[in-house]
Amino acid sequence: MTLSTDQQTGEDLYDVRLRVNGVVHDLRVPARRLLSDALRHDLGMTGTHVGCEHGVCGACTVLVDGRPARACLMFAVAAVEVDITTVEGLTHPDGSLGPVQQAFRECHGLQCGFCTPGFLTTITAGLEENPDPSHEEAREMIGGNLCRCTGYQNIVAAVERAAVLRREGQERP
Amino acid sequence: MKPAPFAYHRPRTLDEAVALLASEPDAKVMAGGQSLVPLLTMRLAGPATIVDVSAVEGLDTLAVDAEGVRVGAMVRHADVLASADVRRVQPLVSAALSHVAHPTIRNRGTTVGSIVHADAAAEMPVVLAVLGGSVDVVGGSGRRTIAAADLFLGLLESSLAPDEVATSAWFPALADDAGVGFAEIARRHGDYAMVGVAAHVDATAARVGYLSVNDVPTVVDVTGVDPADAGEAALAHLAPGGDVHASAAYRAQLVRVLTARVLREAHEHRQSRQGAA
Repeated sequence: MTLSTDQQTGEDLYDVRLRVNGVVHDLRVPARRLLSDALRHDLGMTGTHVGCEHGVCGACTVLVDGRPARACLMFAVAAVEVDITTVEGLTHPDGSLGPVQQAFRECHGLQCGFCTPGFLTTITAGLEENPDPSHEEAREMIGGNLCRCTGYQNIVAAVERAAVLRREGQERP
Repeated sequence: MKPAPFAYHRPRTLDEAVALLASEPDAKVMAGGQSLVPLLTMRLAGPATIVDVSAVEGLDTLAVDAEGVRVGAMVRHADVLASADVRRVQPLVSAALSHVAHPTIRNRGTTVGSIVHADAAAEMPVVLAVLGGSVDVVGGSGRRTIAAADLFLGLLESSLAPDEVATSAWFPALADDAGVGFAEIARRHGDYAMVGVAAHVDATAARVGYLSVNDVPTVVDVTGVDPADAGEAALAHLAPGGDVHASAAYRAQLVRVLTARVLREAHEHRQSRQGAA
C-alpha cells in the first residue's frame, strides 16, 4: 500500500481498497481509521452506526466475508482482501427491503433505530447459518447486540418472522 | 476516543514480520485485533507501529491428531469452536471457547492472540495453563517453545520478547483416564467473568485453573482434596480482589462454589469416558 502524508497533520496516509456491498472503493486514510469511520466518513455510508466504539454494543456490526464483525474493532487498512456487507447491502437489488428488514418492520422490531443496522447484519448472517432457529436460538443469535428501547421481545419475534420470510423468498421461482 | 497515530505493516511472511518487529521500536503484533483495538481506542495502549500478521502465510492452520490440538496464530476462535475434532480430542478447549465473548467477536478474535494477550480475565490462557500446553514463538533469535507455566508474567504481560511473534498454541489431548470441566459466572453471558474455573482430573492428580481471580491465570493442585473443600484449599493460593463487578468476598465465595461444581463435573466426565471405553 502506497504511503503519502497528510499535509495538515503530517500523518502518514495509506491507500486502501475496500469492497463494500460488491462495489470497490479506493480511499486514502491514516492507519488508525476504524472501519466504522471509513464507512461513514470516507464513503458516506452512514447506515453503519457507532455506539460504544469498543465492541460491546454491536451497533456497528457488518459482515466480513459473510460473518458478523464489529466495524469499530477493525482498521480500514486491515479490512482489505475481504467482502464487506453493510446494512445498505441487505436490500434486494430492486431496492425493496430484505427479509430481515421486512420482518423488523412487520414485528415493530425497532423504536429509535440506532441499534437496528447491527441487528440486521447479525441476524442476516445468523439465519444463513441456522435458517430455522428455535425461540431460544433466536434469542442467542442476538445476544451480542444491545437495544435500549424495545426490550428485545419484538426483535426476537422479528428473527423468527425473518426466518419464515426468507424461506418463502427462496421457494419463490 | 480514537486511537493515536501509528504506522501499519501487513507482512506476507513470518521472516518479514520478525524483521519488522526487530527494526521498529515500540511495535505491537496484531492478529484478530479484538482485544488490541479497544485498548488502542481507549488509548490504554499506543504503539508506534502495528504489525498485522493476518496476511502472513501459514498461520491459519488448525491441526488435530491423537497427541493434541495445534492452533495457528490466525485461527479464529469461531473456527476452533466449530471443530468436531477439537471437541473430541480436547473438550476443555471447546467448553471454554463457548464462553469467550460473543459469536461476533469470536469470528475475528484468535485463540493464540487471546493467550499471548495474557488477560487474567480471559478463558483461553487458563485452559492452556491447566492443560499444560505451550506456545510456539519465532523471533530474532530463532524459534522456541514456551510452556504455559512460563508464559504468564503479570497483568497483560507474557514472556514473549518484543521481537517475537507467537505462531501457534498447543493443547495436549485429553488422556483416556482423564476428565475436564469448565464454568464461569458473568454478569451477562459473553461478558468478562467475575470468576471462571477450569478443571482437569485423572487417576493421580486434580488441577484447577482460575480466571479473573489473580493477576495471572493461576493453576492450583488440589489432588486428594474432596471437591467440596477444594475451593477453600485453593483460596490459600489465590488473592481475589474486589471491584465494581464483584466484592473480594463474593469472588472468594464463587471460587468455593465453582471449584466444587467444576471438579465434580470433571470427575463425572472422567467416569463417563471410562464407561464408554
